[in-house]
Amino acid sequence: MGKDLFEVVVNCVKLLAIFLFMVQAVPILVWLERRGSAFIQNRFGPNRVGPLGLMQLLADALKFLKKEDFAPEAAVRPLFYAAPVFALIPATLAYCAIPFSIPLSVEAFELFGQSWGPYIFKMQGYEMNVGIVFILGVSSLAAYTIMMAGWGSGSKFSLMGALRASAQIVSYELALGLSIVGVIMLYGTFNLTDMVMAQQGPLQFSAFGKVIQLGWLPNWGIFYQPLGFILFFAAAFAESNRLPFDLAEGEAELVAGFHVEYGGFKMLMFFIGEYGHMLIASGLVATFFLGGYGIPIWTVADVRAWLGTMFESPQTVDLMTMLIHLVSYLTKLAIFLWIFIQVRWTLPRFRYDQLMELGWKTMLPWALGNTIVTALVIYLVS
Amino acid sequence: MPIGGVIFLTIFIAVFGTALIYLARLTGGMRKNNSAVKKEVYECGIPGQEKKDTKISVKFYLTAILFILFDIEIIFMYPWAITFKEFISKGQGAFVFVSMMIFIAIFIFGLFWEIKSKALEWD
Repeated sequence: MGKDLFEVVVNCVKLLAIFLFMVQAVPILVWLERRGSAFIQNRFGPNRVGPLGLMQLLADALKFLKKEDFAPEAAVRPLFYAAPVFALIPATLAYCAIPFSIPLSVEAFELFGQSWGPYIFKMQGYEMNVGIVFILGVSSLAAYTIMMAGWGSGSKFSLMGALRASAQIVSYELALGLSIVGVIMLYGTFNLTDMVMAQQGPLQFSAFGKVIQLGWLPNWGIFYQPLGFILFFAAAFAESNRLPFDLAEGEAELVAGFHVEYGGFKMLMFFIGEYGHMLIASGLVATFFLGGYGIPIWTVADVRAWLGTMFESPQTVDLMTMLIHLVSYLTKLAIFLWIFIQVRWTLPRFRYDQLMELGWKTMLPWALGNTIVTALVIYLVS
Repeated sequence: MPIGGVIFLTIFIAVFGTALIYLARLTGGMRKNNSAVKKEVYECGIPGQEKKDTKISVKFYLTAILFILFDIEIIFMYPWAITFKEFISKGQGAFVFVSMMIFIAIFIFGLFWEIKSKALEWD
């Protein structure tokens, strides 16, 4: 985790900050979801408590605090109580592996009569060389927490919801995993930071020994892998159990699915897990297909040079470059989160057999085709 | 070492989540003497049934088995995908490409057979 005490402490604080960012994003997303749904469906959202209904978040939290802790008699208590805690872990672990911004370098300094540094702090929880494999592996552990909740509740509705959810998650994981084989082929790396770096600057690729450049388009993965983008994004919806794939929670048939017996903070933790998966999906789509934290067309060096004309000290330039890329990343994240919300309130729910058919018989063959065509094109043009 | 961060975060969330549930129990309270009806699991209007009575479709089991098979096959494509450009630059592109196409052909055959044998039909 670091060479010395200072670096270890900073890295731990960074991990906690990312976790808190995730937890903090949930009430805001819930507010946005309810408010957005009200605008989309022409009805009233939360608009009474405080300005724009923003205080609704606090009121909800207070209500959660006052909820009685209750487990039905048929519940398997260890599983019932462990499931919400475990629901937080995969989402957070996976989210911490996504890079937010360029690394921030800190020069050597004196503190407590000792010299520290110089340091380079990565703007992500931890950098993994096998970033993609790690994220896919860890985030699919969510199926276990759902099964724990479903079985542990001792309710028929929970069990049905959990079974549906886990079958759905594993089915769409195939399409999800296969749709990014093309991306991996394109960049030749599992490392997410390397992927972002490969998408810098204007659209540029070499074909038949010539270098083709289009100055008005960014060098993003979506232009090389449009089908992969669509498949990955659709599978990500299913992975995070969102409409139109929220069969696990279909209110009309299963009431609330696997968390039917949960209330108060335990349910809130499932919500954090679900919204965490939305954050992961948005972050991954941005990283794979939209240049991650990169700014369209401009490379990091361009931004640094531009800021160098405005600020004197290299430290300020470094910090500002980091902040600009952070804002770029958060903008992309926000756009995808909004698409998640908009789709939820626009599309109707699938039937269960249609869902499985789409996953196995449509998305899997298309993803295979995408892989074959990508391999063929890469082989032929080089 | 990324593994240190992973372990730290896992332990922190486990402690944090447990503490959160415990604190919510303190503020919200937990009653000991619930009535028999309150202790039942959720059911809509009729007397509740235990999950032991629930029959589960065998299709879920089949889906899980097929998932494992196909997921392993997909994972085999990852190391190939990551080294594909490297092999091309070394002039071995044709060999790597054709061998993976054979693998994918077996994959497609498996998928086709699975669809033909109605393993994916839900009724």
